[in-house]
Amino acid sequence: MSDGETTLVRARGLTKTFGGFTAVDGVDFAVTRGECFGFLGPNGAGKSSTMRMVGCVSPVTGGELRLFGLDPATDGPAIRARLGVVPQRDTLDEELTVEENLWIYGRYFGLSRREVRERAGELLDFAQLTERAGDKVEPLSGGMKRRLTIARSLINGPEILLLDEPTTGLDPQARHILWDRLFRLKRSGVTLVLTTHYMDEAEQLCDRLVVMDHGRIVAEGSPQQLIKEYSSREVLELRFDTDEHGEWAPELVGVGERVEVLPDRLLVYADDGDAAASEVHRRGVEPLSSLVRRSTLEDVFLHLTGRSLVD
Amino acid sequence: MAVPTSRPTTAARTDARARPGPRPALSGAERCLAVIDYLLVVYRRTWRGSIIERFLSPVFFLLSMGVGLGALVDRRSGGVGGVPYLEFVVPAIVATQAMWVAMGESTYQVLGYIKWNMAYHAMLATPLGVRDVLVGHLLAVAGHMTVATAIFMAVAALFGGFSSWWALLCLPVAVLTGMAFAVPIFAFTARQEGDSGFNILFRFVMTPLMLFSGTFFPVGQLPVWMQPVAWLTPLWHGVSASRAASSGDVDWPVLLGHVAVLALFIGAGWWLAVRSFAARLVR
Repeated sequence: MSDGETTLVRARGLTKTFGGFTAVDGVDFAVTRGECFGFLGPNGAGKSSTMRMVGCVSPVTGGELRLFGLDPATDGPAIRARLGVVPQRDTLDEELTVEENLWIYGRYFGLSRREVRERAGELLDFAQLTERAGDKVEPLSGGMKRRLTIARSLINGPEILLLDEPTTGLDPQARHILWDRLFRLKRSGVTLVLTTHYMDEAEQLCDRLVVMDHGRIVAEGSPQQLIKEYSSREVLELRFDTDEHGEWAPELVGVGERVEVLPDRLLVYADDGDAAASEVHRRGVEPLSSLVRRSTLEDVFLHLTGRSLVD
Repeated sequence: MAVPTSRPTTAARTDARARPGPRPALSGAERCLAVIDYLLVVYRRTWRGSIIERFLSPVFFLLSMGVGLGALVDRRSGGVGGVPYLEFVVPAIVATQAMWVAMGESTYQVLGYIKWNMAYHAMLATPLGVRDVLVGHLLAVAGHMTVATAIFMAVAALFGGFSSWWALLCLPVAVLTGMAFAVPIFAFTARQEGDSGFNILFRFVMTPLMLFSGTFFPVGQLPVWMQPVAWLTPLWHGVSASRAASSGDVDWPVLLGHVAVLALFIGAGWWLAVRSFAARLVR
């Protein structure tokens, strides 16, 4: 198995600087054929800059990057011919119709007009936009535009689909429709690489992910592995009648493995959340509300960086 | 049965571009045509609006300056250097119109493709590169200019604006003049954040150029110190070349001299445009 056969993307010490600002600070990762690989991190973590380098639209400042075994610096067009790109901001022409957007984009990949029309029909079905084929893009909902962007990115039958914050700004229902489409793509063998600052999206979609912060990768693994490694099984969330939740932290020492103070609540990490809640009650501490839930990637991120994903 | 071999191979090649594995590369022509295809779809939607701008306003100039003012000039002084005023001003308006088309096609639309609908970014995520995008868009602008100029020349001919078939040379000269503006303006636009720079370009560059580049009266009428300024502007060369081409007795050395200067503006503009586009779009 040579590199480029099963490892589709490989980065070593990948770095991106803009003037004096380092957006991506020497990251290593590898994406294997058929998997869904994610970059999880807050805004400004360097996810999009990484993604734009992987998409061969932003030159690498330092380190090494290979896609299909090829170097973006010398083989950019050949690599991009095999990629599908869903940028953070839709780059559709809203004055044109839904199908015109697909036709035009297919032509950029050198597909014939006949072929572009054939494929557009199938992709509109896939994106559930067939009824809107002849409509202008502008009045479509955010979710529809996003699905059109995804349909467009598939016009060249890409082997890797790059999705930069695919569902940011969409309502929950639109997000679920989109996730369903992405699942189908993955099952059909397309390798997905996505960035997100939604831990639920990362948990839903990613087989493997890296957690990014300040341009660096701070952890790597499957969502389950990361939760197991960096968090407890359950979390007890406590709210108190106070402006300063930190005041209550000393009262909770030893209840769980660890306590995190947030502006609006306290998180007690424990393998048995209910037992922890009983212990809090036994100590005579009376929160306004208490809730036991399972650990998520949000907790992983909080533990690794001391901050929340979405500020 | 003889089957042309080129078609199936072309089809096979484009089919392979949507299949996993290394894809057959696009030729330079295919890359530019893909960009032009996009602009054709855009023009198909917008041609009605642009017809008014591109066609009616030069016709108004033709009527007011050529026919109205022309009658006065011809009666008083027998035309300009013996040429009836209409024949003097029409080749100049042809070249000037191309400048306005260049202005119209190289400012808001280009900035829009950079900032607003980000059409260039969409293109650059595909096998297309910065040069393909630039060449494709500039060729589309040149095509647009050719059509607009041809229509206007046909109308001007009906009014008796040309005295010789050599005037057909005004068409390529006008396109060259227009591109001598379009290419540098593409470079200028790629450096803009908002549209305020366009107003400056419009008021302090285009309008004075139209008025003082020998369009409506010979540059010799200007104060002596202003005359060398006119020589530095592409419009004066375009207007002079257009006149040299339309006169029936084509003055080739003069025509080619002006054309060479226009080509120089295009060449320098290209050098700047490639750099501006790369700096703006590839970060």
